[in-house]
Amino acid sequence: MAVIHLTKDNFDEVISKGTVLVDFWAAWCGPCQMIAPIMEELSDEYDGKAVIAKVDIDREVELASRFKIRLIPTIICFKDGEISSKAYGAESKEHMIEMIS
Amino acid sequence: MYDIAVIGTGPAGISAAITALVRGKSVAVVSNPASESGLYKAERIDNYPGMPGVTGAELSEALISHARSLGAEIFTGKVQTILPNDDSIFVGYGMEMIEARALIFAPGVVRTSSFPGERELLGRGVSYCATCDGMLYRGKEVCAICLAADAAEEAEYLSSIGCNVFTTDSKKIAIGGENRVEWIEIEGQRRSCDGVFVLRDSVAPDVLVPGLELENNHIRTGASGETNIPGIFAAGDCTGTPYQVAKAVGEGQLAAFAAVKYLDAQK
Repeated sequence: MAVIHLTKDNFDEVISKGTVLVDFWAAWCGPCQMIAPIMEELSDEYDGKAVIAKVDIDREVELASRFKIRLIPTIICFKDGEISSKAYGAESKEHMIEMIS
Repeated sequence: MYDIAVIGTGPAGISAAITALVRGKSVAVVSNPASESGLYKAERIDNYPGMPGVTGAELSEALISHARSLGAEIFTGKVQTILPNDDSIFVGYGMEMIEARALIFAPGVVRTSSFPGERELLGRGVSYCATCDGMLYRGKEVCAICLAADAAEEAEYLSSIGCNVFTTDSKKIAIGGENRVEWIEIEGQRRSCDGVFVLRDSVAPDVLVPGLELENNHIRTGASGETNIPGIFAAGDCTGTPYQVAKAVGEGQLAAFAAVKYLDAQK
């Protein structure tokens, strides 16, 4: 499954069940471009086990403010709607797998 | 995609680049402007064999033009992020990035200490990159700690996009707050703020590469410049004293040999 783009309208519904890894990013952020291919890979490798999603903080100002995003990329893992872990800055694939496992 | 990315255009980085190029590898070198380096500012160097009395600027320029003549691509900017992936390593500098199969770290003397609260609040109000994170602080109070040559420009950028910026060049700093930056203490004076941009010449190596092992405030390396992370090598002042050109040149070459061997073993 491809990476899902979240908006304020579908965010709460998508994160409410199972494991959802959300990448808060922006088009002008270099490190965000680095992890984009990793997110794509994870969405294939973890198809059916975890949802891999992105929030464009320039478009989704409310979500960025709700999660107090102060550095991008910020990666937040939700398990059944609850935050289970956070990471700041570009992270290795290994670390992201740890977050969703 | 390059075979090898080198960080640093000093004696270690350029020596590594030259050796790797001669061995047929493609090389990209990323560095702050050479004119800001300690080497460039050295008035004269008397103990580098064969070039008595050479000025730092002359040696620096000679090194860079040598690497360029062999085909090195040289990019200027502050390295902000290094991200090892499955079979490559991303290097982010300024707003750009390059990708390589191996990395040789040769940025010169590195700082590994940090202000109280700095590491704990990184990503929660502390940032090293105005151009990366400035937009998230529009309309907010931010402190720019200006400790690098281009820091004033970065602080200016923060103002221009609408941050309420105050600057300092003090090194008596403490940063604090509950889960996020709430205040900064400068010379014992506390002031509330939402963000702190720590603008140094370089980001500490173990922040750039989480998990990179240090030893006595330098990068821990084996005899051939290998670090504890596969595919990442280090050379020159960042690995320890003596901070000498001849030592850096030798280590740069060893690191390049090790990186070439690493690459050939991957195939």
